[in-house]
Amino acid sequence: MIAAVAGDAARIVAKDLRIERATGVITTQILPFGIVMLLLFGFGVDPALQVRGGDRSVLAEVAPGLFWITVLLALLLVVGRAFAVESDDGSLDALLVAGVHPAAILGGKAVVVAAELVVLELVVGAGAVLMFDVTIGDPLHLVVVMVSTTVALAGAGTLFLAVVAGQRGRDTLGPLLVLPAMAPVLIGATAAAGDALYGAGSGGIAWTWALVAFALLYSVAGIVGAGALLEDV
Amino acid sequence: MVCVLGGFPALAGADLDLHANEVAWLRGPNGAGKTTLLRLLAGLGAMRRGRAEVLGADLSVLGDRRWLRGQVGLLGHATFLYEDLTVGQNLEFWAGLHRADPVDVEAAARRFGLDGRLGDVPVGSLSAGQRRRTSLAVLVARRPRLWLLDEPHAGLDAEGRAMVDRLIADASGAGATVVVASHDADHMPAVADRTLDVIGGTVTEAGAS
Amino acid sequence: MTSIAVPPSAPEHTGSRLTRVLGAATAVSWVVWLTYGLVLSPADVVQSESVRLFYLHVPLALSAYLGFTVTLVGSILVLRKNSAFWDQMAGAGAEVGLVLAGLVLVTGALWGRPTWGTYWVWDPRITATTLLFLVYLGYLVVRRLDLDAEVRARRAAVFGIVAFINVPITRYSVQIWNSLHQEATLSLTDTEMDGSQLTSFALGAIAMALFTTWLIIHRFRVGWLEYELDRSGLESAILERRGERTATEVV
Repeated sequence: MIAAVAGDAARIVAKDLRIERATGVITTQILPFGIVMLLLFGFGVDPALQVRGGDRSVLAEVAPGLFWITVLLALLLVVGRAFAVESDDGSLDALLVAGVHPAAILGGKAVVVAAELVVLELVVGAGAVLMFDVTIGDPLHLVVVMVSTTVALAGAGTLFLAVVAGQRGRDTLGPLLVLPAMAPVLIGATAAAGDALYGAGSGGIAWTWALVAFALLYSVAGIVGAGALLEDV
Repeated sequence: MVCVLGGFPALAGADLDLHANEVAWLRGPNGAGKTTLLRLLAGLGAMRRGRAEVLGADLSVLGDRRWLRGQVGLLGHATFLYEDLTVGQNLEFWAGLHRADPVDVEAAARRFGLDGRLGDVPVGSLSAGQRRRTSLAVLVARRPRLWLLDEPHAGLDAEGRAMVDRLIADASGAGATVVVASHDADHMPAVADRTLDVIGGTVTEAGAS
Repeated sequence: MTSIAVPPSAPEHTGSRLTRVLGAATAVSWVVWLTYGLVLSPADVVQSESVRLFYLHVPLALSAYLGFTVTLVGSILVLRKNSAFWDQMAGAGAEVGLVLAGLVLVTGALWGRPTWGTYWVWDPRITATTLLFLVYLGYLVVRRLDLDAEVRARRAAVFGIVAFINVPITRYSVQIWNSLHQEATLSLTDTEMDGSQLTSFALGAIAMALFTTWLIIHRFRVGWLEYELDRSGLESAILERRGERTATEVV
């Protein structure tokens, strides 16, 4: 049973990545969005501004927060896209009629969303290093922070968008559900990433543990809640 | 069976009994509840009231509905295909989910003329009739025990319609039950064993009243 | 359209012996609490008279958490038992909780002005409470989605369960963020408050919890009446739907 669910989830992931390769929505639309955000932050916060008494620019100092805000906004686009692929021509129903377990659908979607976010994070992260003069103090810690935050965001984003799947007004209601609920993750990810970059933060490791807990929480909730969200609509 | 959609009783006490090898034709005006009935029979959607058993699965039990969904073939108005993937990729994905035998998939593709050059064309650039053939090929490859077809002839040319008719005959010949919702009053009497009238969310045997 | 049928068993109001007793207890507890908190107890050494706003603020917050807890419990039971009763209860808890959380923000801002000199500070609990308010606002929007009642109940229940994680986050935000906000006002080890203040808080917590329970029960009963109305409306809709058959045959 678990093997069948995992197998179906893997098929959905492979199929979605194939669609992505054919359409290039991530590379031609989402990645440019991330880069535009970087530029806008550069305009909004003067890159020449130095932190008083510090040796970093203000932009480098607040870069972790700006980075995660960019990822969070991109999450809305990426998850919306993941569901649009299925609802365009009634394939969500067809997946269910193919005997696919709802958890496989949500799980597959979450994996695709996470994979696409990772690509975005690598590009936007590289941009932040280049343009914002960010330095990475503890790369391993940063990887842990990025992976757990990505899993938490992808899991929660998929779960919350499934609540409004197929509903009128989902484009506007989705952000209302996702953004406030993700604020604790955003705060934790910003603090933990700041700690991984520059060290000497306040309770950086504790934040990283909190992120891991969020990742687990939203993954489990998505798998358990999938049936209640997607069936009998 | 009573099924409520958005506060509206799409089905208001439907009652029917189907047998293996049977081809049943659901006829009735638009909005009579035909599509809702097909979806219910496929294990999609919940009954508000009543009792129903399909292929031995109790429709009021979620676990049974999940099992049932793997046994039926439902073709509605939507073709459930991914526009950005080719015909071949769509076949491969859907057949894979159904754990269909690759030999069956190949045979189905050949049967609907999808094995040649057409296999590499993205579904988005197909005509409506070609899309329908692709969906039908998926259905054939998975050999469902219960076929639920919603207007299967719509948008097809004479050759395509004949193909659908043969398909229905083959399926019932192989022991499956076929339920067809259709407005095609010229065509269906020749295909169907039974005619059921769906009006106002209820079902009656034609000629019974 | 057929006219809306009122169920014959429908009461004329949502009161009952339970709520009347509860209402009386609420009234008495409020009189005791307000008399003690506003008149009998002394002003604070540091905060002077504005501390009395705090006697309202903290019980409001605790009662908001109470409302959201009702939503959590109701949501779990919706998923386990497919219960329309608990769906209405979950909705009532969130609605009352949302109003209380809104009042928490208002009283907090009014208290902050004389104490900190500003209505808003970037304090963890203030921001967390604002976010909590928005999360449950989203929950109530989900409850208004145009879906089959049972499907909507289950979707809302999943959200109602996941959303609850924000309640402990808000409750313990001060400890978590360890910020410049006053240390959590009530804690077992910390006895910064004197006896009269503690009494005011305790009386307030009891009075507000009674009031909240009373409100949730009434809100639930209104919701339940709506649900019954919906069902009887469905009954006539089914008959009307079947009537399409005869109408067609006549034509």
